[in-house]
Amino acid sequence: MAGNGQEPRYFLIWFILFVLTMAEVGYAFLALPQWLLATGLILMALWKALLVALYYMHLKFEPKRLWILAASPLPLAVILVIAVLTEF
Amino acid sequence: MSQAAASTADRHPMPGMMVYNVKLGMWIFLLSEVMFFTALIGSYIILRFAHPDHFAEPGAVLNVPLTAFNTFVLICSSVSMVKAYAAITQGDQKGLRFWLLVTILLGTFFVGVQVVEYIILAREGFVPMAELYGVAHEIEGAALYGATFYTMTGFHGTHVTIGILCMWFVLYRAWQGKYSADNYGAVEIMGLYWHFVDLVWIILFTIVYLI
Repeated sequence: MAGNGQEPRYFLIWFILFVLTMAEVGYAFLALPQWLLATGLILMALWKALLVALYYMHLKFEPKRLWILAASPLPLAVILVIAVLTEF
Repeated sequence: MSQAAASTADRHPMPGMMVYNVKLGMWIFLLSEVMFFTALIGSYIILRFAHPDHFAEPGAVLNVPLTAFNTFVLICSSVSMVKAYAAITQGDQKGLRFWLLVTILLGTFFVGVQVVEYIILAREGFVPMAELYGVAHEIEGAALYGATFYTMTGFHGTHVTIGILCMWFVLYRAWQGKYSADNYGAVEIMGLYWHFVDLVWIILFTIVYLI
């Protein structure tokens, strides 16, 4: 966990996650082009996921090698989706 | 194995990784789970691209406000889980038990709402192969939309349920005083799993309910 022994601001992260969730729901029903809606929503979801991984899963305070390990399936996930996308 | 030998601080880290073996094992398991959910989400995206007429607009079939509230409940359970972890790293036994119990209750509430949502959707005819289940009418496109929806959210709900069962075990051990400021590995591992399940739901909620 946190190497300096100081507890991360868990409730601040929770508040940001709450605000982002509300923002997502509001944004989803705006009269915007589909590509703009999808991009905005995915960016907000990735931001929330990153906050959970960094602060609740304590990745921010882990050795860099664990970061590399944690990120390793992401390119594979992209390859998987792109590979199947070419099939239809 | 003595209590001292089992303590988290005493565990030898995996050479080169600088984290103890069980934690590394959980991370590797979670990475395999990333690929599992990628396969499900990827299939959904591809089918939706291929057959846009089989998928409804956000909010047309699914109850977005209810699920947004449920998402918030799961996020709250992540806070309570991380507070349980923070409590035991300080040696706070009472705090550990309290926050674990809160996490279990919030997780159970999440699964309960999901079950209610399924029942309501099924009654409205949102089921793949409606004729097989004796549903009077089927929502148009539900065969494909419903199949992907229930597969993704069902597997996620199963993960939450397994997490709750495991957490009861951790709580039982916490009540026995098995964890301490020097021995909190199981709580940390449990937390990693729980936060991952929360993280997956954050992505699922956006892709399935909002886009």
